[in-house]
Amino acid sequence: MLTTILFYVFATMLVGASIGVVLSRNPVHAALFLVLAFFESAALWLLLEAEFLGIVLVLVYVGAVMVLFLFVIMMLDVNVEEMRAGLTRYAPLGALVAGIMISEIAYVVWARHLGLNLAIEAPPLPEHYSNVHELGAVLYTDYMLPFQLAAVVLLIAIVAAIALTMRHRPGHKKQDVSAQVAVRRNDRLRIIKVDSENYP
Amino acid sequence: MIGLPHFLLLAGVLFSIAVAGIFLNRKNVIVLLMCIELMLLAVNFNFIAFSRWLGDIHGQVFVFFILTVAAAESAIGLAILVVLFREKKSINVENLDTMRG
Repeated sequence: MLTTILFYVFATMLVGASIGVVLSRNPVHAALFLVLAFFESAALWLLLEAEFLGIVLVLVYVGAVMVLFLFVIMMLDVNVEEMRAGLTRYAPLGALVAGIMISEIAYVVWARHLGLNLAIEAPPLPEHYSNVHELGAVLYTDYMLPFQLAAVVLLIAIVAAIALTMRHRPGHKKQDVSAQVAVRRNDRLRIIKVDSENYP
Repeated sequence: MIGLPHFLLLAGVLFSIAVAGIFLNRKNVIVLLMCIELMLLAVNFNFIAFSRWLGDIHGQVFVFFILTVAAAESAIGLAILVVLFREKKSINVENLDTMRG
């Protein structure tokens, strides 16, 4: 009973927050609504007993990605009013597409039940079940190579983000390794003949 | 009592709101990126709900990888956005017509 109440509270707030993301006038408000949506999702994932992913969602998304979003929003000087022009023009189309999608999904998962009897409580987990332990047990064995690849993806993201945003100023003093390597002896060293002089 | 259809419907509603957001905010690239994050969140909901009801931990491993890739994607997307703003002084999608696509 408590689970049902909590589900409906969190689900309502999640839908409200995502509507706030879509409709808010200021991108900063949209980012903060998205933070709220991530928190509600983390709570719902805890209800689903996916504790590790719920905590990771808060740590990685709220702690890193959304801070990055807010940082970029505040760094860029965006004209909010100009961005909002044309919102009402596409509102009927967006609402129509969303309404069609919601009604189709509701028909499939609610009315048809995918042909299975899934409208039951989740199967109870065994005693002393540890979500983190289970996840780690498959992540470091079956998914070893994909796990390493995920690390490589993150490394590539770091390198790409730094390489994209690095600025080359004209008067900046720095080492140019290719010029250093390509230098010839004749550019640096000049041997001149000096006649010896006679002492009187 | 909360069954699997509750979570699937919630994820579907979330995804549809994000699609509507892409239609509405078709000028602001930052809000478009946020809508993509919402879509990925909806997909993760499906994975976790099925993982719970079918008793299979592999769905949660997939969510883990989706979170990783989504973090990388948003980092690179925001880097591209910063470069774009430096070049054009605007993040309006309508100004991004350099390639005449």
